[in-house]
Amino acid sequence: MTALLFAILVPLVGAVLIVLTGRHPNVRETVSILTAILLFASIASLAPAVFDGARPHLALAEPLPGLALQLTVEPLGMLFALLASLLWIVTTIYSIGYMRARQENHQTRFYTCFALSLWAAVGMAFAGNLLSLFIFYELLTLSTYPLVTHAGTAAARHGGRVYLGVLLGTSIGFLLFAIIWTWQLAGTLDFVDGGILKGTATPALLGILLMLYIFGIGKAAIMPFHRWLPAAMVAPTPVSALLHAVAVVKGGVFFVLKVVVYVFGIDTLPAIDARQWLLYIATATILLAAVVALRQDNLKARLAYSTISQLAYIVLGALLANAAGILGATMHIATHAFGKITLFFCAGAILVSTRRTRISELAGIGRSMPWTMGAFAIAALAMIGMPPTAVFVSKWYILAGAVDAGQMLAVAVLLLSTLLTAGYLLPVVYTAFFETPGKPDNETHGEAPPAILLALGVTTLGTLVLFFFPDLLLAFANQLTGSGT
Amino acid sequence: MTAQHLPILQVIVPLLAAPLCLLSSNRQIAWLISLIAGWTAFVIAALLLSQALDGEIVSYELGGWLADWGIEYRVDIVNAFVLLIVSGIGSVVLLYARRSVWQEIYHDRIPLFYAIFMLCLGGLLGVAITGDAFNLFVFMEISSLASYALIAFSQERRALTSAYQYLIMGTIGATFILIGIGLLYMMTGTLNMQDIARRLPLISGNHTVVTAFAFLTVGISIKLALVPLHLWLPNAYAYAPSVVTAFIAATSTKIAFYVLLRFMYTLFGASFAFQNMPLSIIFLALALAAMFAGSVAAIFQDNVKRLLAYSSVAQIGYMILGISFASATGLTAAILHLFNHALMKGALFLALGCVYYRFGSVNMEQMRGLGRSMPWTMAAFVIGGLSLIGVPLTVGFISKWYLVVAALELGWWPIAAAILLASLLAVVYIWRIVEAAYFQAPADSSNAVPREAPLSMLLPTWALIIANLYFGIDSSLTTTAAAQAAQCLLAMCMLPP
Repeated sequence: MTALLFAILVPLVGAVLIVLTGRHPNVRETVSILTAILLFASIASLAPAVFDGARPHLALAEPLPGLALQLTVEPLGMLFALLASLLWIVTTIYSIGYMRARQENHQTRFYTCFALSLWAAVGMAFAGNLLSLFIFYELLTLSTYPLVTHAGTAAARHGGRVYLGVLLGTSIGFLLFAIIWTWQLAGTLDFVDGGILKGTATPALLGILLMLYIFGIGKAAIMPFHRWLPAAMVAPTPVSALLHAVAVVKGGVFFVLKVVVYVFGIDTLPAIDARQWLLYIATATILLAAVVALRQDNLKARLAYSTISQLAYIVLGALLANAAGILGATMHIATHAFGKITLFFCAGAILVSTRRTRISELAGIGRSMPWTMGAFAIAALAMIGMPPTAVFVSKWYILAGAVDAGQMLAVAVLLLSTLLTAGYLLPVVYTAFFETPGKPDNETHGEAPPAILLALGVTTLGTLVLFFFPDLLLAFANQLTGSGT
Repeated sequence: MTAQHLPILQVIVPLLAAPLCLLSSNRQIAWLISLIAGWTAFVIAALLLSQALDGEIVSYELGGWLADWGIEYRVDIVNAFVLLIVSGIGSVVLLYARRSVWQEIYHDRIPLFYAIFMLCLGGLLGVAITGDAFNLFVFMEISSLASYALIAFSQERRALTSAYQYLIMGTIGATFILIGIGLLYMMTGTLNMQDIARRLPLISGNHTVVTAFAFLTVGISIKLALVPLHLWLPNAYAYAPSVVTAFIAATSTKIAFYVLLRFMYTLFGASFAFQNMPLSIIFLALALAAMFAGSVAAIFQDNVKRLLAYSSVAQIGYMILGISFASATGLTAAILHLFNHALMKGALFLALGCVYYRFGSVNMEQMRGLGRSMPWTMAAFVIGGLSLIGVPLTVGFISKWYLVVAALELGWWPIAAAILLASLLAVVYIWRIVEAAYFQAPADSSNAVPREAPLSMLLPTWALIIANLYFGIDSSLTTTAAAQAAQCLLAMCMLPP
């Protein structure tokens, strides 16, 4: 319990210290890295106990009578928290390279909000009931807003408006509604194995509720509520990398998984007709987002649409509501995170070294930035789901889940989308390595700063390591489905 | 000994402070007197609430005259809760007032200003505490007349017309209330609320009683600024001195709402108001109109004080909506929102007062770049705004939660959706200001340098902001008190068994 309290306090205290040391960049960034490491360490120290079945619990406050703001650690949350905090360490190293090289303004605000965002993400991971999860979900939206609008330009303001509009709109309009309705129906908002809604209402009503949840969790970016994610790409690249490929979006799908497993229960879900429609919407999102990604010339925008497509995999896996689907969805949270963060790191490295953002400008860049583009190529293969990378394993399980559930349309779309993923990522690799620049470079540039290279090397390794040693992931995910059935 | 006299001290302390302020004829001393009186009233209210929370009902006979001959003050959980928020806001605003009043009011009139402020506070507390219908009217007029004067203290010329407008509307409302009370007196032969409540059920089908009910409802609705009787409110809030706006916005409509609750539930009884009379459907329609019309109007305002005034019109809609559910949860939500809204609007208007203090204007244009030049003020404004929107861990969230639960309890899910939709409109108008403050360059380059408001104004503003957060994180006091108050109103706990 003290370790849990420690874990939830570390990023907050870190944020305060970052503000206090704002005048001394070296101290400030040391504090940032130390906070990230401490956070990871304290979360990791909880892991073995959770793995053995312990459920550390901590009540923080009671905002509403009978509804506490509380933390309870369980395997899925543990996985999400480990992932977010581990990648935070790497991203902080990357940020230092990126922010210094770009000579960005307001760096103290940047690091402070980053720590606060991680605090909210860890809060989400450990949230002990729906209300707590919702509270941290909203805090994550608000604490990332200053990061999205970091540049302060008109474009940033507009992006921020879309970001906040969609995320607050869906969460207050649908999600909060669904939560209060659940409270009304079930009389509890606790996460219970097997769900709390079983038998409380007709399948039609539960269907409406399920839709409110899936669309209300805007962070899962299911179409048509996906616009905020491309809009958020105006943020500095470390933000896009950690928050809009990992913490925020994975927070969204994590929420979906929690709702499916602990609120509806995977036995109740297949009886709901609306689930079938939501499965169609998720498959449509996979396809449409991939098609849109094909047409983006801006590298970050292409990656953003790729994220939308990949997130829909996880939602699809969750909605399949069988062991393989949940297992695949859970693993995909982690495996996609490593691949996508690497891709964003590369996009940022290119921006830092060459100030280029468009794919059409990248001809021949592989020659001057071999390490960056090499990592990009590996991560691209990972996204596609090529065997020596971890995504292969998670995709495999989702596919197996779809076959088990008899969702042949989903199976077909999953296979097709693999081709589409290759279609929008491999041309970037090809352009970088095999095309010759149209006009000669008028400025010479080399590789990105070492801090950036170090970070993207670590995450690239991660995608490979997870393929060869998926046991840790599998063990966590198995615990989840084991307790869910 | 003194404990026994708390109910009368609650009113008499501010009322006596008024002439003292005037006699002192010194700005600092007048401020000090009113500050002490305000805080004393707050302490008394806290003591009364702690008694009321134990389920105790304090009855106090003025001058020892037995009720029905004399005037009775009666404190139960409902008015104890209202007394606490009114005196609490009053004392925080007074703390804030010194610098702000110095800036905004002609200096020779400052003692007079504090005197009238005290009358206003005393009147509002009197309305809440009294158990006598006519006495209630008298106190309501004391507070209303004082408010007209307070608004007219502003150096802006438009304040005079808006005070005049408010005077006309307020007087019509007061007349309606007086007619209603007169009719009740005619039918029951008493002005004591207990006795009226006891005698009314015997004659509930009587047309005069129905007429009295109608007059009272409309009269109080004018004071409450319920759509479509809200026209006085935006101008009055927009042109009043900052301190006055903060105080009136947070207390005056709340007191009117309390009067509505008292008459509907205690005097007429819930069954008369909601079964014999179609109050539920009328209030439902008006509440929805207020929520949406108020929020949409707020989006298009250029003067930020006016913007928040329209937002108040919308928020009053939420409270009325709570009543229209005619259920215990709905009533709890309404009372809770009464308290919570006072905290939000008080905090927001105090933050705006800081801006006015430095720049002499609160137009949208003036808000540009304030994030840089007044970081603490704008941080307070953002948190207050989030509370208004209803973001978790603020009081606004607690209110919204209870309202939606109440709507769903009845199966009125379209209403529940409407509540959430209306709160999204709040995002739009609050975020206009946030974007101006943080993303737009100041119109005048001199605004770019830090010009934070003085600490004596920032601290009270932040005190209310912290209250917004505190009661959002731990709502046990407010939700318990509101739930007990709702029970008390529904069970007519004013009546002795």
